[in-house]
Amino acid sequence: MRESTIMKVHYGTALAAVALVAVHILMRLTMGYSESLEYENVLANYKFVPYAIMLELILILLSVHGFNGLRVILLELKQGKMYEKAVSYGCLAGMIGLIAYGSRTIIMTNMGMV
Amino acid sequence: MTQDEHKEGVKGMVNPRRYGIERVAYLMMRLSGLGLLAYFIGHIYETSNILRGQVGWDEFMDLISGTEGHIVMSIVIAMCVFHTVNGVRVMLGHGGVGVGTPARPDYPYDPASQNYRHKIGIYSAIVLAAFAMMYGLAVMFGE
Amino acid sequence: MAQVSSMSDGQSSTMKSITLKISRFNPEHDESSQFMEFNVNYEKWTTVLEAILDVKKHFDHSVAVRYSCRQATCGSCGMIINGKPRLACFTKISELDSNVVTVEPMNNFPVIRDLAVKFERLFDTHQKIKPYLIRDDTELESDQKEFLQTPEEVEQYIQFANCIKCGLCNSACPTMATDSSFVGPQALAQAYRYVADSRDKGKDSRLKVIDDSHGIWRCHFAGSCSQVCPKGVDPAMGIQLLRGYMLGFRD
Repeated sequence: MRESTIMKVHYGTALAAVALVAVHILMRLTMGYSESLEYENVLANYKFVPYAIMLELILILLSVHGFNGLRVILLELKQGKMYEKAVSYGCLAGMIGLIAYGSRTIIMTNMGMV
Repeated sequence: MTQDEHKEGVKGMVNPRRYGIERVAYLMMRLSGLGLLAYFIGHIYETSNILRGQVGWDEFMDLISGTEGHIVMSIVIAMCVFHTVNGVRVMLGHGGVGVGTPARPDYPYDPASQNYRHKIGIYSAIVLAAFAMMYGLAVMFGE
Repeated sequence: MAQVSSMSDGQSSTMKSITLKISRFNPEHDESSQFMEFNVNYEKWTTVLEAILDVKKHFDHSVAVRYSCRQATCGSCGMIINGKPRLACFTKISELDSNVVTVEPMNNFPVIRDLAVKFERLFDTHQKIKPYLIRDDTELESDQKEFLQTPEEVEQYIQFANCIKCGLCNSACPTMATDSSFVGPQALAQAYRYVADSRDKGKDSRLKVIDDSHGIWRCHFAGSCSQVCPKGVDPAMGIQLLRGYMLGFRD
């Protein structure tokens, strides 16, 4: 993939994540911070499909943005063909791993497998 | 770092003292980005406790609802707000917005790209991050 | 290796003195650089380059320094002066407001000896971005007239044509501090200089060259390059405007 495409994705994921994370944080303040984190309320959040979809989107957006940011920092720290390949594939693997792990929590909780 | 390359190295890259607030913002953007990624990974891991049922979730809540947890959370809020506001500024700058227009330079050659608009953006990011951090602390410790 | 020397003959009443610390390094036999100290007299108008040349003339002629025009035009005498990249011929000692002036070779450039550094990489990256007008026809073949430009069209790039390739911007850049493969602010600003030229038709080929994992996207708009530029080129502005083409903000 061309670097310009990757960086456009980087900017796009940032802007989209800002909007969705704002909603996610506001949800914590709708009924009081501690109350919103009680087990029943959190479970209700996960079981509400639109909210679960939003969590999944945040997970994907922030994983892509975060691991690409890490890739950029690591590419600038050290150079070399092998190192750069390892960084790129390592960050991609980290991104996929985190999305998979987070999706497991969202899907299983949403489906009542708790 | 070898004398062959004579690169300034990480020490030079992270030194924020020589080139004004823009270089401070550059460093803070990096550090907040890395901090937020670390928090995000931790957050995904810790919220998976819900799969352990009420007992697992309550154990995890006990862990994060102490003073240390609230302080860590307030730092995360500050990093998040700074990274967002400064990120929007940098993104606009990357598109060529607010970086000035090319013109014949006059001595003493003050660079138009380092203008008050971007400086205000940086200071706003710092001030908003501080306010958000204080608000977060008030909410968390107020309950 | 440290040494203290002073010069007192021919001193005028307005003369003051400073300690000039010069970084000495010869890759042929030195493991690392060391500072040599000299006590140098200066007037209000004395430049750092003149002080270094005084040292060469009176104390140690082996100090290696590259210079030529002495008027900030040739771009030869870039060095780190009191921690910041500056042109030695364009920096007055009196402006530094310090009793100790430390001079070191520019960062991010391989050292030849003492204050002289290699410019090969800077010239290579400069060449890589095709620093010339690209178009199918030429003025020489045209039997009508030269390529005319309006004053507004000239304004778009003339600032960036002031670059003297001194390398101060590359020395100040935080990305270049660790990234040996980065194109650098000098070459990127020059890419903009030609892309913004209304006579040029090589925008696409230049944007392709810099759209690389160590190309324009490794600039994070820290602006240090613009702060040290002795000619008012403002590379940070050029780079962001150039990136504007790639992000669709400009045509």
